[in-house]
Amino acid sequence: MQGILPFVVRRLVWAPFVLLAVSLATFALGRFGPGDPVEILQGQYHNPEVVERIRHERGLDDPFFIQYGNYMWDVLHGDLGTTFAPRGVPVEDIIFDKMWVTIQYNLVALVIIFAIGIPAGIWAALRQGSWQDPLTISIFLFFRSVPVLVIIPILQFIFAIKLGWLPSSGWEERDILGMKIGILDKRIIMPILALSLPGIAAVARLMRAQTLEVLDEDFVRTARAKGLREVVVISRHVARNALLPMTTIVGFALVGLLGGSLFVETLFGIPGIGQFTWEAVGNRDYDVIMAVTLITASAFIVANLITDITYGFIDPRVRLGGGGPRY
Amino acid sequence: MTEAELGLEQPVEEARPGFGATALRRLLRKRLAMFCLVVILVIYLAGLLAPVVSPYGYNEQDLDNTFAGPSLAHPLGTDRLGRDMLSRVIWASQTTVIISAAAILTGGLVLGVGLGLLAGYAGGPVDNFIMRVADAFFALPDILLLLLITATVRPRVEDLFDKFESWPVAGGLVEAGAPDYFLVFGALALFGWVGIARLIRSQVLSLRESDYVLAARASGASLGRILSRHLLPNVGNIIIVSITFSLGAMAGTEIMLSWLGIGITYPHPSFGAMIAAGSDLSSLRAHPHLLLVPATVVALLLFAFNLLGDALNDVLSPRRG
Repeated sequence: MQGILPFVVRRLVWAPFVLLAVSLATFALGRFGPGDPVEILQGQYHNPEVVERIRHERGLDDPFFIQYGNYMWDVLHGDLGTTFAPRGVPVEDIIFDKMWVTIQYNLVALVIIFAIGIPAGIWAALRQGSWQDPLTISIFLFFRSVPVLVIIPILQFIFAIKLGWLPSSGWEERDILGMKIGILDKRIIMPILALSLPGIAAVARLMRAQTLEVLDEDFVRTARAKGLREVVVISRHVARNALLPMTTIVGFALVGLLGGSLFVETLFGIPGIGQFTWEAVGNRDYDVIMAVTLITASAFIVANLITDITYGFIDPRVRLGGGGPRY
Repeated sequence: MTEAELGLEQPVEEARPGFGATALRRLLRKRLAMFCLVVILVIYLAGLLAPVVSPYGYNEQDLDNTFAGPSLAHPLGTDRLGRDMLSRVIWASQTTVIISAAAILTGGLVLGVGLGLLAGYAGGPVDNFIMRVADAFFALPDILLLLLITATVRPRVEDLFDKFESWPVAGGLVEAGAPDYFLVFGALALFGWVGIARLIRSQVLSLRESDYVLAARASGASLGRILSRHLLPNVGNIIIVSITFSLGAMAGTEIMLSWLGIGITYPHPSFGAMIAAGSDLSSLRAHPHLLLVPATVVALLLFAFNLLGDALNDVLSPRRG
């Protein structure tokens, strides 16, 4: 394990540079791309003088690198900027509320993905060679392949229109111990279903592969040879060992869900970060776009790092980092 | 594009005829994989030959015959403007086929494979630089940047194409929707290289230590020769499998962008726009076929790519002999 510390340090040193590159690219896209938040805000018949004044107030007429420098300086001091629509609200006041909404149902979806994927993977591995194994995996693969924007209207068609069991959209929050909780309402069932269905395939497949690998181990044969019941062999000896590598994909699974949240939130009318970002792109609400980009990029980098480190701990054979030049 | 399908087998066969032939025979024996291949080929051919095979134009309206169910004249019914759904689906396939194949050829094959080979073989600062750039791309859910790029760069691309419009040869490009196609293709290609480059780099990292590469280097082979003659054929399997998966993923992303209204836009047909038009609740209630027709084709195509990718993975991975 002594190889791991320099690796972590190297990655941590790189992380700010990656963030810097990402932020610069996003900032440039916003500033050099056409469309102006002030003009969009003021509508078609805007008064050029008013637009100029607001642009000046917000520093939008400064040279590009001055603007970028000012923005990053503020970010380092915990100020994520101000929104254009709704006008003049600090980004950090809105964005964390929106994120809380999204994170709530994303976490539930994550739990469901693993709760279905892991048993399905074990089951498929135990049926290897029969038709049940490929069928199970194919069913989950189907939901993986079909875009979520197709799955959602079909769910709405079945459950809201044909069966009438669930409301077709909405978001209802309840106050529980001072926290706004929105996942205790039946409106959230379909969004969670739509979000978790595509994710199960990856978990089920990895679990299947891991289980197959562990089933070949000597200790499983020993366990069977000493007369343990099959249930005990599978649950204690096989599953427990096969589960270990699953921890490495939790981070990615969660970050991956965030991408699907945009569609889920638009189609189900959930006031979360996905919908908010999409509106911000339309309004050229620079500071919101930047804040979302920076936060998601940081989350990705951390998830990436944690994944690599857990790999190293779980399987010390994984050598971290490529070698230097070998000419 | 059919080249992509044909290309699936070619590199392997040329490089290692024995292995390639065995793999091909094993693939032919998988009925499900062959079925998927047929589905993909049918949709691709229909898309490419859209002007020939589609019974109506994509924008041909019949306002006396809107929201019609299946009939002999319109096998899949018509939409709210009386446009033939079958023709719309065929033309939408053309959009998807052209964009995903073009993005894979440039972003996946040229950029992805090239940079992966180079990073893995050269190592050191070159490797570090390429992989850090890949990290920066990887550090974002690509949908966020794709949104930004397509939403902000669109008017610039349109300006660019307007300039060409006065040229005799390039005239009519805007009419044909070229700016949209170019924009979506460009955005997809920009992101399409990262996954493939990483995969290939990791493989090349171990291949470059092999004896035959050492021998080639000792006999004075140039960098280009080592990359193209010695390393490229040995990562052929990975390329085939990941190209298959990526073609599906690219098609999915194109549909997503068009669904959001920042991909292929009206009047040019795309699955994304068709699905969006069919999925509001009132239309779902009264005319579900508006959603079900494009949704079924999209689901079939993307599912087929994933199943075929899996089958190719089984057949080509040398470990499971």
